[in-house]
Amino acid sequence: MDINTIKSEFPIFSKKINGKSLVYLDSSNSSQKPISVLNSLDNFYKNEFSNIGRSIHSLAVNATNKFEETRISVKKFINANSKEEIIFTKNATESINLVATTFGQQNINKGDEILITELEHHSNYVPWHYLRETKGAVIKFAPINDDGDIIIEKLKELITSKTKIIAVTHLSNVTGTIVPIKEIVEIARKKNIPVLVDGCQSAPHIKIDVKDLDCDFYAISCHKVYGPTGVGILYAKKKWLEKLPPYIGGGGMISEVKKNKITYAPLPEKYEAGTMPTAEVVAFNESIKFIESIGMENIINHEKKLTNYALENLKNINSVNIIGNPKNKAGVISFVIKGIHPHDISTIVDEEGVAIRAGHHCCQILHDRLNLPATARASIGMYNTKEDIDVLCEAIKNCRKVFELK
Amino acid sequence: MDLKQLYQDIILEHGKSPRNFGKCDKYTHKARGHNPLCGDKIEVYLKLDKEKKVEDLSFEGNGCAISIASTSIMTETVKGKSLKITKEIIIDFLNMVKNLQEIKSKELDEDQKIKIMSLSGVKQYPMRVKCATLAWHTLTSALDGKKDEVNTEAAE
Repeated sequence: MDINTIKSEFPIFSKKINGKSLVYLDSSNSSQKPISVLNSLDNFYKNEFSNIGRSIHSLAVNATNKFEETRISVKKFINANSKEEIIFTKNATESINLVATTFGQQNINKGDEILITELEHHSNYVPWHYLRETKGAVIKFAPINDDGDIIIEKLKELITSKTKIIAVTHLSNVTGTIVPIKEIVEIARKKNIPVLVDGCQSAPHIKIDVKDLDCDFYAISCHKVYGPTGVGILYAKKKWLEKLPPYIGGGGMISEVKKNKITYAPLPEKYEAGTMPTAEVVAFNESIKFIESIGMENIINHEKKLTNYALENLKNINSVNIIGNPKNKAGVISFVIKGIHPHDISTIVDEEGVAIRAGHHCCQILHDRLNLPATARASIGMYNTKEDIDVLCEAIKNCRKVFELK
Repeated sequence: MDLKQLYQDIILEHGKSPRNFGKCDKYTHKARGHNPLCGDKIEVYLKLDKEKKVEDLSFEGNGCAISIASTSIMTETVKGKSLKITKEIIIDFLNMVKNLQEIKSKELDEDQKIKIMSLSGVKQYPMRVKCATLAWHTLTSALDGKKDEVNTEAAE
C-alpha cells in the first residue's frame, strides 16, 4: 500500500497547524475522515435526505435501504451471524451503557459480581459502577503486571459463583496491550459467564471476528474507525438481544402501543428508538469500504512496522520512558519525560504541528496502578508515516530545550 | 504564539523549584483543587493569624509547569497580606489571565507584579488557562472554608 496515496484521501492533512504540516498522532482519541466519508455525508443531506423506516415515499425508501446497507457491511466487517445482531448506538459508551443497564436490570442482584480489569477506560467501568450504586453489585478488577498485560491466572482466581459478567477491553488505549480475548472467553464459557468486549481501540486496528472470539457483546465507536461522530455499534448475540429488555423507549422501537399495553419491535429496531444519526450511519459504510479497499492485513502490517519504528526511535531519546511493554502491542504509545509534565509536552510539540494527547486518557484506575498522575500519548492511524514519527521525535527533543534541561 | 512567552524563565524556575511546598505548621484552612481533564491535584494550606492576616501559606500536589509555578508564585505573593487584600489579588490575577488586564493592586511591589505577569502567556493557550487558575480558585475555597473540592470544570 502506498501510504502517501492513502494520506491524500484525508483532506485534513492539507491544512497547516501553527504554520506546520499536521502530524496527527491522536487516533486513539478519534480518527480523521477520508474524503469518501465526507462526500457521503454531504451527498446524503443534499440529495437523499429523509428519515428512515417511517414513510413510504421514494426518498424514505432509499434512505432506509442505505441505512440498512451499512448494517450489512458492519455484520460482514466483524463477522456477525446476522444483521439483527448489529445495533446502532451513539458511540461505544452508549453501547456499554445499553448492556450494563439492560443486563443489570435482568441479571444483577445484591452481592453479584462484575469482573473488569485495571486496563479499562472509564466507559467500561462507570456504567457498571451504576449497578454497584443501584443494585449493590460488587466490581472486581483483574490486575495487570508492570508490562501492562492482564494476569490471566489472577483473573481466573477472581471468578466466583457470583460472577455475572466479565467486561474487558480488546486493546488498551494507554499501553496498547492487545488483550487475549479468546482465552478470556474460553475461561468464561466454562463457567457460563457472558463476556462484553470494549472494542473501541481494536476495531480500526485489528481484524475483528466476533464468531471466532465467541464473545457475547462487542462495542465499537465509529468515529475511531475513520467514520463520523455520533455513531456507535453494539454487537450482541441474538439470544441476548431477544432476552434483554429494551433500553431507550420511544418511536421506532415499538410494535403496538395501547393505553394498557406496549409491545416492542423486532430486532434490531427494538434497540433503536427515535431518529437515528441517519447520514452518519450511511456515511460509515464508506469508512468500511475504505478500510476494505486497503485491506485490514495491509493496515495491520503498516501500523506494526510504524509502531516498532516509533518505539525504537523514542527509546533512543534518553529522557523518554515508555509506559508498559505488553506481549502484543498495537500503535498506542504512552510515555513520560522526567522533569516535564505531559501537558507541557503536548503544548510544546503542538507548536511543531504534532497532535498528541496528555492526561489520564480516561483511565484513572490504570494510572493509579502505574503510579503516574498523567502520561503523554502518541497513537497511530493508517495515515501515519515514518516522517510523522521523525517530526514527533524532534519535537520531543525540543521539550528539553524549552525546559532548559540538560 | 511563542513558547518562550508561555514558558518564561520565572515559570520554569518556579516549576522546577516550587516555593512553600509541603504542609505548613498549624494551618487553619485547607482546600483541595482538582482539574479532572488533566488529573492535576493540589492542596493549599493556609494559616490565618488573629488579625486575619495570611501568616503562612503552602501547597502540595502535582501538575504541569504552569500550574506548579502559578501555585508557587501565589504562595509567595500572598504571604503576609491581609485577608481583604488577598481576595483583591486573587480577583486581579483571574482577570489578568483571562483579559490580560494590568495588575491593579497597590499592595504588590514591582517584583511581585512581574512574577504574576509572567503567567499572562497562558492567555494565548486557552487550554492552559485552567492550569494557571487552579491554585487561585483553591485558595479562594480555603479562605471561604468550603468543604467541596474545587473543580476547574465548575469554577469558571
